[in-house]
Amino acid sequence: MEIIKPGTQIPFTRYRHIAIILSTVANLAVLLLLFTKGPNLGVDFAGGTMVHVKFQERVTIPEIRQALTSSGLADSVIQDFGQDTTHEFLIRLEKTSGELGIIGEQIRKSLAEKFGPDRFEVRRVESVGPKVGKDLRQRGTWSVIAATIMMGVYIWARFGYSFGARFGFHFGLGAVIALIHDVLITTGVLLLAGYEFDLTFVAALLTIVGFSVNDTVVVCDRIRENMRKIRRASLETIINTSINETLSRTILTTGTAILVLLALFTLGGGVIRPFAFALLVGFCSGVYSTIFIASPVILLWEKQK
Amino acid sequence: MQRGVVVRIVIVMGLALAALIYLTPTFVGEVPSWWSDFLPAERIHLGLDLQGGSHLILEVKADKAVENTVERVKADLGNLLKEKGISYSELARKGIEIRLKVPAATGDKARGLLKSEFPGLVVVSSRAGGEGEEFVLAMDQRELRSIRDYALDQSLETIRNRIDQFGVSEPIIQRRGQQDILVQLPGIQDPERAKEIIGKTALLEFKLLDETHNVEEALRSGPPPGTEVLYGYAAGRNGAGTERVPYLLEARTLMTGEYITDARVRPGSGLEGPYVELILNSSGARLFERITGENVKRRLAIVLDNRVYSAPVIQERIGGGRASITGSFDMKEARDLAIVLRAGALPAPVEIVEERTVGPSLGRDSIRQGVISFIVGGSLVIVFMIAYYKGAGLVADLALVFNVLFLLAVLAGFQAVLTLPGIAGIVLTMGMAVDANVLVNERIREELRAGRSPRAAIEAGYERALPAILDSNITTFLSGVILFQFGTGPVKGFAVTLCVGIVTTVLTAVYLTRTYYDWRIVMRKLTRISV
Repeated sequence: MEIIKPGTQIPFTRYRHIAIILSTVANLAVLLLLFTKGPNLGVDFAGGTMVHVKFQERVTIPEIRQALTSSGLADSVIQDFGQDTTHEFLIRLEKTSGELGIIGEQIRKSLAEKFGPDRFEVRRVESVGPKVGKDLRQRGTWSVIAATIMMGVYIWARFGYSFGARFGFHFGLGAVIALIHDVLITTGVLLLAGYEFDLTFVAALLTIVGFSVNDTVVVCDRIRENMRKIRRASLETIINTSINETLSRTILTTGTAILVLLALFTLGGGVIRPFAFALLVGFCSGVYSTIFIASPVILLWEKQK
Repeated sequence: MQRGVVVRIVIVMGLALAALIYLTPTFVGEVPSWWSDFLPAERIHLGLDLQGGSHLILEVKADKAVENTVERVKADLGNLLKEKGISYSELARKGIEIRLKVPAATGDKARGLLKSEFPGLVVVSSRAGGEGEEFVLAMDQRELRSIRDYALDQSLETIRNRIDQFGVSEPIIQRRGQQDILVQLPGIQDPERAKEIIGKTALLEFKLLDETHNVEEALRSGPPPGTEVLYGYAAGRNGAGTERVPYLLEARTLMTGEYITDARVRPGSGLEGPYVELILNSSGARLFERITGENVKRRLAIVLDNRVYSAPVIQERIGGGRASITGSFDMKEARDLAIVLRAGALPAPVEIVEERTVGPSLGRDSIRQGVISFIVGGSLVIVFMIAYYKGAGLVADLALVFNVLFLLAVLAGFQAVLTLPGIAGIVLTMGMAVDANVLVNERIREELRAGRSPRAAIEAGYERALPAILDSNITTFLSGVILFQFGTGPVKGFAVTLCVGIVTTVLTAVYLTRTYYDWRIVMRKLTRISV
C-alpha cells in the first residue's frame, strides 16, 4: 500500500506566503484570546478545590446547586463530566481562603443532606493552595519555554555540525518558530473547546514539542542529504523535494500516533480525554507546521542573504 | 557475520527471558517463596490515581515554632534576671523578637548576663534613654535555621507516628524542600479522618482557671494582664447542638503533653461518654503531683489546641502519673484523640496546601479504560502496519510486542509507579514506536525502487534512516526529561513511561528488527522482501 506515490512533487513552498500570513493571524488571535479572555485555569493552576461526584441516578445541575447554596457554597461551578448515563459531575470552588482541606468535606456533607449519603460517591478531590498553584503555573510555563528552546538548540548543534553554523542556526530557528506555532494553536483550540488548563495540559504541550520537532528533524535531515546529491538545484527545489520524499513517512507516523490517541480519546475515560485531545490537535498542527512553517522560515532567511 | 548474528539473537532472547521473569510477579500476583529467594519479586506499583488514595502536601508553619522558642527564652531570661537581682521595667515578645527595658544603672549587668547565659541571642539594637536602656533581642541565624529544621524533622516524625498508629499500608512520608512534607496514603478509605489526625497540632496544655476575675467582664473589656480567654464546647441546653463556653485562664502553661508516655481510651460510666486516660513518665508524674498539690481546690483546665476540654476542680494532690481528659466526645473521637496524644504534639501547626484524593472506584475504572485503550490502540497500529507494509509490517509488529514487554519489565524492575497518564504514555509509545520502522521501511522501498538488491536495500535503509531515528527519539526524550523535572505524581508517571518507552523503542524497532533481517540474510533466505 502507498499513500503518497513516489515521485510526487507538490510545490509546498509556493504556498509559503499564504501559509505564513494565515498562521501569523491564527497565532495572534490565540494570543489576543489569551490576554483578553484569559485561559480557563484548572485547580492545579488557579488554586481551589474540585470535587468529582458520581450519582446513582439522574440528577440535574440545578438540584446540585440548590444543595450547595443551602450550605453557603453558592459560588461553586458545576459541570457535567463524562457521558449522560454515568451521572458524573465536577464541582469546583475557587475560594481559597480558610482551610483548604475542609471544602471537599463541606461539599460532601451538603450533598449528603439533600440526596442522602448513599445516593452518590465522591470519586476524586483535588485541592491546591494559591501558593502551590502559582508555583505550578510558573514552572509549567517555564518548562514549555525551556523545552522549545532546547529543541532549537539541539537542531542548531546537530545540523550546524555538518552544515555550518549559519545553516544550523536557521534550521534551529525554523524548528522553534514551528514549535511556538504548535503550542499556540493547541492552546487556542483547547481554549475554544472549553477545556481547562492543568498539569496534564503542560504534559501534553511538552509531548507535542518533543514529537512535532521529529518531523522537522526528518525533513532537515533529508534537505541535508539532497543538498549533497543535487547540488545544482535551487534551495527551494531541494526543500520541496525533501518535503515530498518524506511526506508519506510524516503522514504515516502521525497517522499511527493519531490512531492510538483516538483510542485514548474515545475509550480512555474522562480523566485522560483532555490530554488525548490536546495531543491530537498538537500532532496535526505539527505536520502542518513542519511543511508550511519550518521549511519556509529556512527559505525566507536564506533568500535574504 | 554469522557469529555476530547468533550473538545478537542470543542477546535478544536473553533480554526477553529476563523481561518475562521481571514481569511474572506483576501478573501472577503471589509468587512462591523459592521464586522470591532467587528471582526478582518486585511488581509494578500502581499510582494513587489508579489504586485510590490520598496525596497531601503539608506546609509546616515553622515561624510558629520559632515564636514558641522565643517565648520560652523570654521566660528563662525573666527568671534569670530575677534570680540575679537585675531589675527590669519591661520584658515582652514581639513576633520573633524580645524587647527588654532595664534601668540605666543595670544596663551593663544585663548586657553581661545576655552574653554569658544566652549565646543564641543577638542584640539587634540597643538604645539608651533617660529612663534606662532598651534592648531588642533576636535569635541568631544559625539558631533560627536549626529551630526550623528541627520543627520540620520533628513534624515528620510525629506525622509518621500518627499514620503508623492509624494503620495505612505502605504510606509515603517525606520531607520536601524547606517547609513541606509530602504524605501519600494509598488505598485509604476515610481521607477526612486521616487529614484530621495528621493535621491536628495536638498541643496539650494544663492551665489554671483565673477565678478572681469575671469572664463576662473579660469578654467585654479584654482579659486582665497575664490571662486569656479560651473556649470550650458543651452540649447545648435542651440537648440541642453544642454551645461555646468561655473560660478565663491564667496564660501561664503549667505543663504540656510532652510527658505523656501513653494515652488510652476508657469507656465512660453511666451517662458519661468515653474518656482518654493519660499516663505520664516519671518526671511528668512528679510535676503533675506538685502542680496538683500546690493548687488544691482550684480549677485546672485541660486545653488541647487552644480548646478547653474540661476544667475540673483539683480535689487533692494527684500522684501516680495518671490524668484524664473528659469531654463530650464519642468513641471514634476519643480514639483519634488518643492517637494524636500518644504520637506527640506537632512542634508547629501544619496546613494542607495541596490535596489529591482518588476514590477506589475511579481508580478501577481508570485501569479498565486504560487497558481497553491500550488493546484497541495497539490492535489498530498492528493491523495498520500489516496492511501497509505486509511482511515488514509484521516484523515491525513483532518488535512492538517486544517493545511493550521490555517497557513493562523495566517499570517493574525499577519499581516505577504506573499512573493513568503513565498508561497513556504506554499507549502513545506504541503509536510513536513504529515511526522508526516507518523510516526504515520507506528507505528500503526507495532503495528497492532505485534497483538495489534486497540485501543492499536493507543495509542502506537502516544505515540512512538511523540518524533521523536517533534524532527524533532524542528530542522526545529531552522533553520527557523536562517533564519529569516539572511534573508531580501522575504526570511524572507519564514522563517515566515516555522516556523508558523511547529506550525500548530504539532497542526493539531498530536493533531487534535489524537482527531479524540479518539472520534471514545469513540463512540465505532473503531473496525478496515484502515491504
